[in-house]
Amino acid sequence: MIELRDVHKSFGKVEVLKGITASVAKSEVVCIIGPSGSGKSTILRCINGLESYDRGEISVEGARVDSNDRSIVAIRTRVSMVFQRFNLFPHRTALENVIEGPLYVKKEPREQAIARGRALLAQVGLADKAEVHPPKLSGGQQQRVAIARALAMQPKAILFDEPTSALDPELVGEVLSVMRKLADDGMTMVVVTHEMGFARDVADRVLFIDGGVIVEQGAAKSVLNQPQHPRTQDFLRRVLHPL
Amino acid sequence: MQKFFHDAVEFVPILLQGVWLTIVVTVGSLLLSTVLGLVWALMRVSGIGILVGLSAALINVIRGIPIIVLLFYIYFVMPDFGIALSALQAAVIGLGIAYSAYQAENFRAGIEAIDKGQIEAAQTIGMGWWLTMRRVVLPQAVRIILPPYGNIMIMMLKDSSQASTITVAELALQGKLIASSTFKNTSVFTLVALMYLTMSIPLILLVRHFENKANRK
Ligand SMILES: Nc1ncnc2c1ncn2[C@@H]1O[C@H](COP(=O)(O)OP(=O)(O)O)[C@@H](O)[C@H]1O
Ligand SMILES: [Mg+2]
Repeated sequence: MIELRDVHKSFGKVEVLKGITASVAKSEVVCIIGPSGSGKSTILRCINGLESYDRGEISVEGARVDSNDRSIVAIRTRVSMVFQRFNLFPHRTALENVIEGPLYVKKEPREQAIARGRALLAQVGLADKAEVHPPKLSGGQQQRVAIARALAMQPKAILFDEPTSALDPELVGEVLSVMRKLADDGMTMVVVTHEMGFARDVADRVLFIDGGVIVEQGAAKSVLNQPQHPRTQDFLRRVLHPL
Repeated sequence: MQKFFHDAVEFVPILLQGVWLTIVVTVGSLLLSTVLGLVWALMRVSGIGILVGLSAALINVIRGIPIIVLLFYIYFVMPDFGIALSALQAAVIGLGIAYSAYQAENFRAGIEAIDKGQIEAAQTIGMGWWLTMRRVVLPQAVRIILPPYGNIMIMMLKDSSQASTITVAELALQGKLIASSTFKNTSVFTLVALMYLTMSIPLILLVRHFENKANRK
Protein backbone atom coordinates (compact mmCIF):
# COMPACT_ATOMS: atom_id res chain seq x y z
CA MET A 1 0.00 0.00 0.00
CA ILE A 2 3.06 2.27 0.31
CA GLU A 3 5.33 2.35 -2.73
CA LEU A 4 8.62 4.16 -3.16
CA ARG A 5 10.21 4.13 -6.58
CA ASP A 6 13.72 5.51 -7.08
CA VAL A 7 13.22 8.32 -4.58
CA HIS A 8 15.93 10.97 -4.47
CA LYS A 9 16.15 13.79 -1.99
CA SER A 10 18.78 16.45 -1.39
CA PHE A 11 19.19 19.04 1.32
CA GLY A 12 21.05 21.79 -0.48
CA LYS A 13 23.97 20.10 -2.21
CA VAL A 14 23.90 17.02 -0.02
CA GLU A 15 22.01 14.11 -1.52
CA VAL A 16 20.47 12.31 1.43
CA LEU A 17 18.34 9.74 -0.40
CA LYS A 18 20.00 8.26 -3.47
CA GLY A 19 17.33 6.20 -5.12
CA ILE A 20 15.16 4.40 -2.59
CA THR A 21 12.86 1.73 -3.99
CA ALA A 22 10.73 -0.20 -1.55
CA SER A 23 7.17 -1.20 -0.88
CA VAL A 24 5.10 -1.98 2.15
CA ALA A 25 2.13 -4.29 1.81
CA LYS A 26 -1.07 -4.08 3.82
CA SER A 27 -0.64 -5.42 7.38
CA GLU A 28 3.07 -5.69 6.88
CA VAL A 29 5.54 -4.52 9.53
CA VAL A 30 8.75 -3.17 8.02
CA CYS A 31 11.64 -2.07 10.20
CA ILE A 32 14.21 0.36 8.89
CA ILE A 33 17.60 0.11 10.53
CA GLY A 34 20.87 1.86 9.81
CA PRO A 35 23.42 4.24 11.21
CA SER A 36 22.59 7.76 12.33
CA GLY A 37 22.37 10.24 9.45
CA SER A 38 21.77 7.53 6.85
CA GLY A 39 18.39 8.98 5.82
CA LYS A 40 15.92 6.86 7.78
CA SER A 41 13.89 9.75 9.15
CA THR A 42 13.92 11.45 5.78
CA ILE A 43 12.28 8.41 4.19
CA LEU A 44 9.43 8.48 6.70
CA ARG A 45 9.07 12.24 6.41
CA CYS A 46 8.84 12.00 2.62
CA ILE A 47 6.15 9.32 2.86
CA ASN A 48 3.74 11.62 4.66
CA GLY A 49 4.83 14.80 3.00
CA LEU A 50 6.69 16.52 5.83
CA GLU A 51 9.51 16.77 3.29
CA SER A 52 9.26 16.98 -0.46
CA TYR A 53 11.38 14.71 -2.62
CA ASP A 54 13.24 15.66 -5.78
CA ARG A 55 12.93 12.64 -8.04
CA GLY A 56 11.13 9.31 -8.21
CA GLU A 57 7.67 8.62 -6.88
CA ILE A 58 6.01 7.79 -3.61
CA SER A 59 2.44 6.61 -3.53
CA VAL A 60 0.05 5.59 -0.78
CA GLU A 61 -2.80 3.33 -1.85
CA GLY A 62 -2.14 4.45 -5.40
CA ALA A 63 -2.31 8.17 -4.59
CA ARG A 64 0.85 10.08 -5.40
CA VAL A 65 2.41 11.86 -2.41
CA ASP A 66 2.99 15.52 -3.19
CA SER A 67 3.75 17.65 -0.12
CA ASN A 68 2.73 20.83 -1.96
CA ASP A 69 -0.67 19.61 -3.08
CA ARG A 70 -3.89 19.75 -1.11
CA SER A 71 -4.22 15.98 -1.50
CA ILE A 72 -1.49 15.61 1.12
CA VAL A 73 -4.08 16.24 3.85
CA ALA A 74 -6.05 13.16 2.83
CA ILE A 75 -2.87 11.09 2.68
CA ARG A 76 -1.82 12.23 6.13
CA THR A 77 -5.12 11.14 7.62
CA ARG A 78 -4.44 7.70 6.16
CA VAL A 79 -0.77 7.49 7.20
CA SER A 80 -0.13 8.68 10.74
CA MET A 81 3.25 9.34 12.27
CA VAL A 82 4.76 8.84 15.71
CA PHE A 83 7.83 10.88 16.55
CA GLN A 84 10.93 10.20 18.60
CA ARG A 85 10.18 13.21 20.80
CA PHE A 86 6.41 12.47 21.03
CA ASN A 87 5.40 16.02 19.98
CA LEU A 88 2.25 15.94 22.05
CA PHE A 89 0.38 19.23 22.43
CA PRO A 90 1.44 20.31 25.94
CA HIS A 91 -1.49 22.68 26.41
CA ARG A 92 -4.06 19.92 25.97
CA THR A 93 -4.84 16.90 28.12
CA ALA A 94 -4.04 13.36 26.97
CA LEU A 95 -7.65 12.90 25.84
CA GLU A 96 -7.73 16.27 24.07
CA ASN A 97 -4.54 15.33 22.23
CA VAL A 98 -6.19 12.14 21.04
CA ILE A 99 -9.50 13.69 19.92
CA GLU A 100 -7.96 16.80 18.33
CA GLY A 101 -7.72 15.23 14.86
CA PRO A 102 -11.11 13.46 14.88
CA LEU A 103 -12.81 16.62 16.14
CA TYR A 104 -11.19 19.33 14.04
CA VAL A 105 -9.95 17.49 10.95
CA LYS A 106 -12.50 14.74 10.55
CA LYS A 107 -15.32 16.80 12.15
CA GLU A 108 -16.61 13.85 14.14
CA PRO A 109 -19.39 14.53 16.64
CA ARG A 110 -17.88 15.37 20.02
CA GLU A 111 -19.53 12.55 21.98
CA GLN A 112 -18.35 9.97 19.51
CA ALA A 113 -14.78 11.34 19.40
CA ILE A 114 -14.56 11.36 23.19
CA ALA A 115 -15.89 7.82 23.52
CA ARG A 116 -13.42 6.55 20.95
CA GLY A 117 -10.60 8.62 22.45
CA ARG A 118 -11.18 7.07 25.86
CA ALA A 119 -11.27 3.60 24.34
CA LEU A 120 -7.95 4.28 22.59
CA LEU A 121 -6.34 5.53 25.79
CA ALA A 122 -7.55 2.35 27.49
CA GLN A 123 -6.08 0.33 24.65
CA VAL A 124 -2.63 1.81 25.31
CA GLY A 125 -3.08 1.34 29.07
CA LEU A 126 -3.73 4.96 29.98
CA ALA A 127 -7.45 5.04 30.78
CA ASP A 128 -6.72 6.78 34.07
CA LYS A 129 -4.56 9.51 32.50
CA ALA A 130 -7.18 11.01 30.17
CA GLU A 131 -7.36 14.35 31.98
CA VAL A 132 -3.61 14.72 32.58
CA HIS A 133 -1.45 17.15 30.58
CA PRO A 134 1.53 15.56 28.77
CA PRO A 135 4.29 17.33 30.74
CA LYS A 136 3.03 15.50 33.82
CA LEU A 137 3.37 12.07 32.14
CA SER A 138 6.46 9.89 31.86
CA GLY A 139 8.14 9.55 28.48
CA GLY A 140 6.68 6.08 27.99
CA GLN A 141 3.20 7.33 28.82
CA GLN A 142 3.60 10.31 26.49
CA GLN A 143 4.63 8.07 23.63
CA ARG A 144 1.64 5.82 24.25
CA VAL A 145 -0.64 8.87 24.12
CA ALA A 146 1.05 9.80 20.85
CA ILE A 147 0.29 6.34 19.50
CA ALA A 148 -3.34 6.71 20.60
CA ARG A 149 -3.44 10.10 18.86
CA ALA A 150 -2.15 8.49 15.67
CA LEU A 151 -4.70 5.67 15.93
CA ALA A 152 -7.53 8.14 16.47
CA MET A 153 -7.24 9.15 12.82
CA GLN A 154 -8.07 5.52 11.95
CA PRO A 155 -5.03 5.36 9.69
CA LYS A 156 -4.28 2.61 7.22
CA ALA A 157 -0.62 2.72 8.25
CA ILE A 158 1.53 4.25 10.97
CA LEU A 159 5.11 5.48 10.58
CA PHE A 160 7.26 5.31 13.72
CA ASP A 161 10.48 7.33 13.82
CA GLU A 162 12.64 5.86 16.59
CA PRO A 163 9.67 5.79 18.98
CA THR A 164 11.72 4.54 21.94
CA SER A 165 15.02 6.35 21.43
CA ALA A 166 14.16 9.24 23.75
CA LEU A 167 12.96 6.96 26.54
CA ASP A 168 14.64 5.82 29.71
CA PRO A 169 15.50 2.14 29.27
CA GLU A 170 12.91 0.91 31.75
CA LEU A 171 10.13 2.63 29.78
CA VAL A 172 10.98 1.16 26.39
CA GLY A 173 9.11 -2.08 27.00
CA GLU A 174 5.69 -0.52 27.61
CA VAL A 175 5.84 1.29 24.26
CA LEU A 176 7.15 -1.71 22.33
CA SER A 177 4.42 -3.94 23.75
CA VAL A 178 1.74 -1.49 22.57
CA MET A 179 3.34 -1.54 19.12
CA ARG A 180 3.55 -5.30 19.14
CA LYS A 181 -0.18 -5.50 19.87
CA LEU A 182 -0.87 -3.16 16.96
CA ALA A 183 1.18 -5.39 14.68
CA ASP A 184 -0.72 -8.44 15.89
CA ASP A 185 -3.98 -6.65 15.09
CA GLY A 186 -2.82 -6.25 11.51
CA MET A 187 -1.76 -2.61 11.43
CA THR A 188 0.57 -1.69 8.60
CA MET A 189 3.69 -0.26 10.20
CA VAL A 190 6.99 1.22 9.13
CA VAL A 191 9.30 1.46 12.11
CA VAL A 192 12.69 3.14 12.25
CA THR A 193 14.32 1.58 15.28
CA HIS A 194 17.49 0.49 16.99
CA GLU A 195 15.57 -2.14 18.97
CA MET A 196 16.86 -5.24 17.22
CA GLY A 197 14.86 -7.56 19.46
CA PHE A 198 11.65 -5.86 18.37
CA ALA A 199 12.71 -5.98 14.72
CA ARG A 200 13.51 -9.68 14.94
CA ASP A 201 10.29 -10.65 16.72
CA VAL A 202 7.73 -8.33 15.15
CA ALA A 203 8.96 -7.20 11.74
CA ASP A 204 8.09 -9.09 8.60
CA ARG A 205 10.87 -7.38 6.72
CA VAL A 206 13.93 -5.33 7.55
CA LEU A 207 15.59 -2.67 5.39
CA PHE A 208 19.15 -1.74 6.17
CA ILE A 209 19.92 1.81 4.99
CA ASP A 210 23.36 3.34 4.80
CA GLY A 211 24.39 6.52 3.04
CA GLY A 212 20.97 7.08 1.49
CA VAL A 213 20.67 3.70 -0.21
CA ILE A 214 19.08 0.41 0.79
CA VAL A 215 22.13 -1.77 1.29
CA GLU A 216 20.26 -4.91 2.20
CA GLN A 217 16.68 -6.00 2.71
CA GLY A 218 14.78 -9.16 3.31
CA ALA A 219 12.91 -11.21 5.87
CA ALA A 220 13.65 -9.88 9.34
CA LYS A 221 15.23 -13.05 10.62
CA SER A 222 17.52 -13.52 7.67
CA VAL A 223 18.78 -9.91 7.55
CA LEU A 224 19.33 -9.79 11.29
CA ASN A 225 20.68 -13.30 11.80
CA GLN A 226 22.59 -13.84 8.55
CA PRO A 227 23.39 -10.43 7.11
CA GLN A 228 24.98 -10.78 3.68
CA HIS A 229 26.52 -7.36 3.16
CA PRO A 230 29.68 -6.43 5.10
CA ARG A 231 28.22 -3.04 6.04
CA THR A 232 25.15 -4.70 7.52
CA GLN A 233 27.33 -7.14 9.39
CA ASP A 234 29.47 -4.33 10.72
CA PHE A 235 26.44 -2.23 11.76
CA LEU A 236 24.73 -5.12 13.54
CA ARG A 237 27.93 -6.05 15.35
CA ARG A 238 28.24 -2.49 16.64
CA VAL A 239 24.60 -2.27 17.69
CA LEU A 240 24.46 -5.67 19.37
CA HIS A 241 27.91 -5.55 20.96
CA PRO A 242 28.63 -1.85 21.57
CA LEU A 243 31.75 -2.65 23.65
CA MET B 1 -0.95 71.06 50.39
CA GLN B 2 -4.34 72.37 51.27
CA LYS B 3 -4.23 74.49 48.18
CA PHE B 4 -3.48 71.40 46.14
CA PHE B 5 -6.53 69.58 47.48
CA HIS B 6 -8.63 72.60 46.85
CA ASP B 7 -7.38 72.69 43.23
CA ALA B 8 -7.89 68.97 42.93
CA VAL B 9 -11.53 69.19 43.85
CA GLU B 10 -11.93 71.87 41.23
CA PHE B 11 -9.97 70.27 38.37
CA VAL B 12 -10.47 66.55 38.75
CA PRO B 13 -13.95 66.50 37.17
CA ILE B 14 -12.63 68.28 34.08
CA LEU B 15 -9.53 66.12 33.92
CA LEU B 16 -11.69 62.99 34.16
CA GLN B 17 -13.18 63.91 30.79
CA GLY B 18 -9.62 63.76 29.51
CA VAL B 19 -9.11 60.43 31.24
CA TRP B 20 -12.14 59.09 29.43
CA LEU B 21 -10.74 60.11 26.05
CA THR B 22 -7.33 58.70 26.98
CA ILE B 23 -8.99 55.37 27.71
CA VAL B 24 -10.98 55.47 24.48
CA VAL B 25 -7.87 56.24 22.42
CA THR B 26 -5.78 53.60 24.22
CA VAL B 27 -8.35 50.80 24.04
CA GLY B 28 -9.31 51.63 20.46
CA SER B 29 -5.76 51.69 19.18
CA LEU B 30 -4.90 48.62 21.25
CA LEU B 31 -7.64 46.64 19.52
CA LEU B 32 -6.70 47.92 16.08
CA SER B 33 -2.97 47.34 16.58
CA THR B 34 -3.63 43.82 17.87
CA VAL B 35 -5.69 42.85 14.86
CA LEU B 36 -3.31 44.47 12.37
CA GLY B 37 -0.25 43.12 14.18
CA LEU B 38 -1.68 39.61 14.09
CA VAL B 39 -2.34 39.95 10.36
CA TRP B 40 1.20 41.20 9.68
CA ALA B 41 2.68 38.43 11.85
CA LEU B 42 0.66 35.68 10.17
CA MET B 43 1.66 37.02 6.76
CA ARG B 44 5.26 37.01 7.95
CA VAL B 45 5.20 33.35 8.99
CA SER B 46 2.97 32.18 6.12
CA GLY B 47 5.92 31.01 4.07
CA ILE B 48 4.36 32.67 1.00
CA GLY B 49 7.08 34.86 -0.50
CA ILE B 50 4.96 37.84 -1.54
CA LEU B 51 3.11 38.01 1.80
CA VAL B 52 6.36 37.68 3.74
CA GLY B 53 7.95 40.51 1.76
CA LEU B 54 4.88 42.73 1.96
CA SER B 55 4.61 42.35 5.71
CA ALA B 56 8.34 42.93 6.27
CA ALA B 57 8.19 46.09 4.15
CA LEU B 58 5.06 47.37 5.90
CA ILE B 59 6.53 46.81 9.34
CA ASN B 60 9.71 48.67 8.44
CA VAL B 61 7.87 51.60 6.91
CA ILE B 62 5.61 51.91 9.93
CA ARG B 63 8.53 51.64 12.33
CA GLY B 64 10.48 54.25 10.45
CA ILE B 65 7.85 56.98 10.78
CA PRO B 66 7.37 58.89 14.05
CA ILE B 67 3.93 58.46 15.55
CA ILE B 68 3.31 62.19 15.50
CA VAL B 69 3.99 62.37 11.76
CA LEU B 70 1.68 59.43 11.16
CA LEU B 71 -1.03 61.25 13.13
CA PHE B 72 -0.51 64.47 11.15
CA TYR B 73 -0.64 62.50 7.94
CA ILE B 74 -3.90 60.80 8.77
CA TYR B 75 -5.57 63.87 10.22
CA PHE B 76 -4.31 66.63 7.95
CA VAL B 77 -3.37 64.91 4.67
CA MET B 78 -6.01 62.24 4.23
CA PRO B 79 -8.81 64.83 3.81
CA ASP B 80 -7.02 65.86 0.59
CA PHE B 81 -7.73 62.35 -0.65
CA GLY B 82 -11.35 62.61 0.37
CA ILE B 83 -10.95 60.74 3.66
CA ALA B 84 -11.99 63.12 6.41
CA LEU B 85 -11.81 61.65 9.88
CA SER B 86 -12.66 63.10 13.25
CA ALA B 87 -9.66 63.80 15.45
CA LEU B 88 -10.56 60.86 17.68
CA GLN B 89 -10.86 58.46 14.72
CA ALA B 90 -7.58 59.68 13.30
CA ALA B 91 -5.86 59.20 16.66
CA VAL B 92 -7.12 55.65 17.07
CA ILE B 93 -6.18 54.71 13.51
CA GLY B 94 -2.78 56.42 13.66
CA LEU B 95 -1.74 54.92 16.97
CA GLY B 96 -3.21 51.57 15.95
CA ILE B 97 -1.15 51.48 12.78
CA ALA B 98 1.99 52.75 14.52
CA TYR B 99 1.80 50.11 17.20
CA SER B 100 0.82 47.30 14.84
CA ALA B 101 4.50 47.05 13.89
CA TYR B 102 5.54 46.33 17.49
CA GLN B 103 2.62 43.99 17.98
CA ALA B 104 3.59 42.11 14.82
CA GLU B 105 7.19 41.63 15.91
CA ASN B 106 6.04 40.39 19.30
CA PHE B 107 3.51 37.98 17.80
CA ARG B 108 6.06 36.71 15.31
CA ALA B 109 8.65 36.06 18.01
CA GLY B 110 6.05 34.13 20.01
CA ILE B 111 4.94 32.08 17.02
CA GLU B 112 8.49 31.26 15.96
CA ALA B 113 9.39 30.17 19.48
CA ILE B 114 7.03 27.20 19.16
CA ASP B 115 8.83 23.91 18.55
CA LYS B 116 8.74 22.78 14.92
CA GLY B 117 7.74 19.34 16.18
CA GLN B 118 4.40 20.79 17.27
CA ILE B 119 3.66 21.96 13.76
CA GLU B 120 4.71 18.63 12.27
CA ALA B 121 2.53 16.75 14.73
CA ALA B 122 -0.41 18.93 13.71
CA GLN B 123 0.33 18.32 10.04
CA THR B 124 0.52 14.56 10.49
CA ILE B 125 -3.00 14.49 11.88
CA GLY B 126 -4.12 16.31 8.75
CA MET B 127 -4.34 19.88 10.01
CA GLY B 128 -3.92 22.64 7.46
CA TRP B 129 -2.01 25.87 8.04
CA TRP B 130 -4.80 27.85 9.63
CA LEU B 131 -6.05 25.03 11.85
CA THR B 132 -2.46 24.43 13.00
CA MET B 133 -2.14 28.11 13.89
CA ARG B 134 -5.46 28.30 15.67
CA ARG B 135 -5.39 25.04 17.60
CA VAL B 136 -1.70 24.38 18.17
CA VAL B 137 0.63 27.36 17.64
CA LEU B 138 -1.27 30.42 18.83
CA PRO B 139 -2.58 28.92 22.09
CA GLN B 140 1.01 28.05 23.05
CA ALA B 141 2.46 31.30 21.73
CA VAL B 142 0.09 33.37 23.91
CA ARG B 143 2.11 32.51 27.00
CA ILE B 144 5.23 33.97 25.39
CA ILE B 145 3.44 36.89 23.81
CA LEU B 146 1.54 38.18 26.85
CA PRO B 147 4.32 39.79 28.96
CA PRO B 148 5.62 41.99 26.11
CA TYR B 149 2.01 42.61 25.12
CA GLY B 150 1.38 44.07 28.57
CA ASN B 151 4.38 46.34 28.16
CA ILE B 152 3.06 47.50 24.82
CA MET B 153 -0.24 48.35 26.54
CA ILE B 154 1.60 50.57 29.02
CA MET B 155 3.51 52.33 26.25
CA MET B 156 0.27 52.85 24.34
CA LEU B 157 -1.42 54.37 27.35
CA LYS B 158 1.37 56.91 27.59
CA ASP B 159 1.65 57.46 23.85
CA SER B 160 -2.08 58.13 23.65
CA SER B 161 -1.04 61.62 24.83
CA GLN B 162 0.31 62.18 21.32
CA ALA B 163 -3.30 62.40 20.20
CA SER B 164 -3.25 65.85 21.78
CA THR B 165 -1.20 67.04 18.79
CA ILE B 166 -4.24 66.58 16.58
CA THR B 167 -6.62 68.26 19.03
CA VAL B 168 -7.98 65.23 20.87
CA ALA B 169 -8.65 66.63 24.33
CA GLU B 170 -7.33 63.61 26.18
CA LEU B 171 -5.77 63.84 29.61
CA ALA B 172 -2.53 65.60 28.68
CA LEU B 173 -4.20 68.22 26.49
CA GLN B 174 -7.01 68.74 28.97
CA GLY B 175 -4.33 69.40 31.61
CA LYS B 176 -2.49 71.81 29.40
CA LEU B 177 -5.70 73.73 28.65
CA ILE B 178 -6.57 74.07 32.33
CA ALA B 179 -3.01 75.03 33.25
CA SER B 180 -2.76 77.72 30.64
CA SER B 181 -6.05 79.29 31.65
CA THR B 182 -5.51 79.10 35.45
CA PHE B 183 -1.69 79.26 35.69
CA LYS B 184 -1.85 76.55 38.34
CA ASN B 185 0.81 74.47 36.62
CA THR B 186 2.02 72.57 39.67
CA SER B 187 -1.38 71.38 40.80
CA VAL B 188 -2.64 70.57 37.34
CA PHE B 189 0.35 68.65 36.03
CA THR B 190 0.79 66.80 39.33
CA LEU B 191 -2.81 65.67 39.00
CA VAL B 192 -2.25 64.68 35.37
CA ALA B 193 0.84 62.66 36.27
CA LEU B 194 -0.99 60.96 39.16
CA MET B 195 -3.86 60.03 36.86
CA TYR B 196 -1.55 58.44 34.29
CA LEU B 197 0.18 56.58 37.10
CA THR B 198 -3.16 55.36 38.45
CA MET B 199 -3.97 53.91 35.05
CA SER B 200 -0.50 52.42 34.54
CA ILE B 201 -0.18 50.63 37.86
CA PRO B 202 -2.87 48.01 37.18
CA LEU B 203 -1.21 47.34 33.82
CA ILE B 204 2.20 47.00 35.45
CA LEU B 205 0.75 44.50 37.91
CA LEU B 206 -0.89 42.67 35.00
CA VAL B 207 2.48 42.35 33.24
CA ARG B 208 4.00 40.92 36.41
CA HIS B 209 1.16 38.41 36.59
CA PHE B 210 1.76 37.40 32.95
CA GLU B 211 5.48 37.04 33.58
CA ASN B 212 4.95 34.81 36.60
CA LYS B 213 2.53 32.70 34.63
CA ALA B 214 4.91 32.38 31.68
CA ASN B 215 7.80 31.42 33.93
CA ARG B 216 5.87 28.80 35.81
CA LYS B 217 5.39 26.64 32.73
N1 LIG C 1 16.10 19.73 7.30
C1 LIG C 1 17.36 19.33 6.98
N2 LIG C 1 18.22 20.20 6.44
C2 LIG C 1 19.47 19.82 6.10
N3 LIG C 1 19.95 18.59 6.28
C3 LIG C 1 19.13 17.68 6.83
C4 LIG C 1 17.79 17.99 7.22
N4 LIG C 1 17.22 16.90 7.73
C5 LIG C 1 18.15 15.93 7.68
N5 LIG C 1 19.29 16.38 7.14
C6 LIG C 1 20.50 15.60 6.89
O1 LIG C 1 20.14 14.49 6.13
C7 LIG C 1 20.84 13.35 6.56
C8 LIG C 1 19.87 12.24 6.89
O2 LIG C 1 19.12 12.64 7.97
P1 LIG C 1 18.03 11.70 8.66
O3 LIG C 1 17.09 11.22 7.64
O4 LIG C 1 17.48 12.43 9.80
O5 LIG C 1 18.94 10.49 9.17
P2 LIG C 1 18.59 9.36 10.21
O6 LIG C 1 17.18 9.46 10.59
O7 LIG C 1 18.91 8.08 9.50
O8 LIG C 1 19.51 9.57 11.37
C9 LIG C 1 21.71 13.76 7.72
O9 LIG C 1 23.02 13.97 7.24
C10 LIG C 1 21.10 15.05 8.16
O10 LIG C 1 22.10 15.91 8.67
MG1 LIG D 1 16.34 9.93 12.45
